[in-house]
Amino acid sequence: MFRIRFHGRGGQGMKTASRILGTAFFNAGYEVQDAPRYGAERRGAPIFAYVRADKSAINERGVIDRPDLVCVADDTLVGMPAAGVVQGMDAHTVLLINSHETAATWQQRLNTEARVLILTATEDVEDRAELPYIGSRCAAAAAALTNVIERETLVAALTEELGHLPADVITQNRDIALRAFDDMKQHAGLVTPGSMPSASDYDRPEWIEMPFDNAAISNLAIHAGATSVLVRTGLWRTMRPVINYPKCSGCAWICSTYCPDGAINVRADGYPEIDYDHCKGCLVCVAQCPPHAIESIPEHVAREQEAEASA
Amino acid sequence: MTRKLLTGNSAAAWGARLAGVDYIPAFPITPQTEIIEDLAAWIDRGEMDARLVTLESEHSMITAAGSAASSGVRAFTATSSQGLLYGMEMVYTVAGWRTPFVMVNVSRGLASPITLESDHNDIMAARDSGFLQIHCATCQEIADGVLIAYRLAEHPEVRVPAIVNLDGFYLSFTREPVDLAEASEASAFVGEYDPENLQFKGNSPLSQAMAVLGGGPYSYFRYEAHLAVQRALSVYDEIIDEFEDRFGRRYDMIDSYRMQDAEYVFVMLGSFSTKARDAVDSLRAAGWKAGLLRPRVFRPFPQQQIRQLLRGRRAVAVIDQNISMGMGGVLHSEFATALYGTTDAPLLASYIGGLGGRDISQQEFFAMADELRQADERGEAPAARLLYTEHELTEMRKLQAIAQAEQAEIQQH
Repeated sequence: MFRIRFHGRGGQGMKTASRILGTAFFNAGYEVQDAPRYGAERRGAPIFAYVRADKSAINERGVIDRPDLVCVADDTLVGMPAAGVVQGMDAHTVLLINSHETAATWQQRLNTEARVLILTATEDVEDRAELPYIGSRCAAAAAALTNVIERETLVAALTEELGHLPADVITQNRDIALRAFDDMKQHAGLVTPGSMPSASDYDRPEWIEMPFDNAAISNLAIHAGATSVLVRTGLWRTMRPVINYPKCSGCAWICSTYCPDGAINVRADGYPEIDYDHCKGCLVCVAQCPPHAIESIPEHVAREQEAEASA
Repeated sequence: MTRKLLTGNSAAAWGARLAGVDYIPAFPITPQTEIIEDLAAWIDRGEMDARLVTLESEHSMITAAGSAASSGVRAFTATSSQGLLYGMEMVYTVAGWRTPFVMVNVSRGLASPITLESDHNDIMAARDSGFLQIHCATCQEIADGVLIAYRLAEHPEVRVPAIVNLDGFYLSFTREPVDLAEASEASAFVGEYDPENLQFKGNSPLSQAMAVLGGGPYSYFRYEAHLAVQRALSVYDEIIDEFEDRFGRRYDMIDSYRMQDAEYVFVMLGSFSTKARDAVDSLRAAGWKAGLLRPRVFRPFPQQQIRQLLRGRRAVAVIDQNISMGMGGVLHSEFATALYGTTDAPLLASYIGGLGGRDISQQEFFAMADELRQADERGEAPAARLLYTEHELTEMRKLQAIAQAEQAEIQQH
């Protein structure tokens, strides 16, 4: 059975990628299961979707824990534990990653036995959540790597799944997908079906007896007002608002009031300050600022600048 | 027939469409909402001739479905979890009206704590209501299950509403290949709805006696409803033969997998049972005589068949995706009831697993089989077990440590 996971951010089309690949497998004569994992399906937040394909009926269900292929649309997700990109990867796994870094760099960074391929990227975009055609590109690359899906089958699947879109958008997706398909053809067959776990040689689950805890421990007593602070929603941000203080007129109540997440504080000197741990990058403040003193820059660029500054 | 990839939710909507439903009272809830969205889109585009009305709650929605069925139209509705519980007063009430309609429940764990993911405590809460219950393991079974449920519910000897249950996420949002029946074939199978003496009409006001005083009449109506639900056992077998003749798929009341010579048996409901199928195959490959029993029909509960199928087996692991606080797994209790006092009954082990969408790994199935073998050697059933690992508890303790630190900080201020 082929087991393939797509990781991206909400808005990048990972559900669509899984459906294109699922339909392509199905039209190529495979039994298929494809599904998105919902829960954090917010723009910019980590999301994943998966595809299983086999020649016989599929009984396995749920999240794929031993992937044959992990396809990553956005390399900024790799370091985010909540995204679970590297979960279950081993020497059998192929990691296909949309990145400006080299395969060797990722191999070293992740200290992984998985074989790493770079998804030949990509035009630079300001907002990562808008990476154009990345879903189609991922689906096409995955299809090529399995070496069981023909070019025409891929095109038919893509056309079927994107059928609700305008014709020129479909054409654009198709052309870009086919480029990714042809680029990856040199590695055709690198992704192979994984095996089922054996019942004669397996790691026994480390079950425990559930300990008894008094109600003061075992109730849901998280009354503290500050718990949401622990959720670093700043990780969802693909665009970063930056205050240009020389231009800022100090009418801080405007941006801080409009911020839907309360992520703009007012300093003692009366000027606003953005809490980047929690700012989701919606850019409402950029639109509202009367003197236009808040600019937006791509998050990955901001991080590179920070890294250079600290180095 | 066309075979295409459909989510469980879409398969449920197709079931309703193919059953030719007339009226759909609706209220949204995750992970069910796509069902009513699909139906609404079809009606809007003129592809389906039905009326969909959004109600202000599940309580009203279930009342509307029962009332519509009382006026002679075929009604369909869908809900999940908290929504099913919010409508629970009417779940029991409309079943007592003896009005046939089909409600799809997309199983999701109950609050508190609140979750979106699947387990069976919601559907178990409707266990004693008088609704029939059909539990699905695949998207194909959902589309077919809705058709079968209408036939069963509308049968003159049965005539109670039916729930078709599917697991949230694992089926609701998951696409699988589904053979969709031709519309003409489906409607030939489901047939016309004959409401018999259910005759509410807007133009001829009627009242129906719904209150009884004294236990005698009350007991009569309640026990008759029980007998009707039980009658669905024999009616189901007739319907399922006809379904197989028409569509080539067989849905026995109990799905038995590799049971011929099985010594160790898994018992489960719903979509997680397909994982047990894989485990049975792997165990067989490793020399075990393993098998799987999955009741498709949970109400009525097929006690006789269970006794026959489990007679002479060594040990059975009943895996419940639900928990009755202070007792344990509901399915385990029901199997114990079915088997108590019978000769050659197997040992019965109780496992609770898959609560709130928690996965059950293949290795856990293998380890359960191993515990069954040990139990068989000792001649004594093991203590009930929650499928829960040391790693999971460690993660939980980390979260608790954060909560306690927060609490301490609040108290300081």
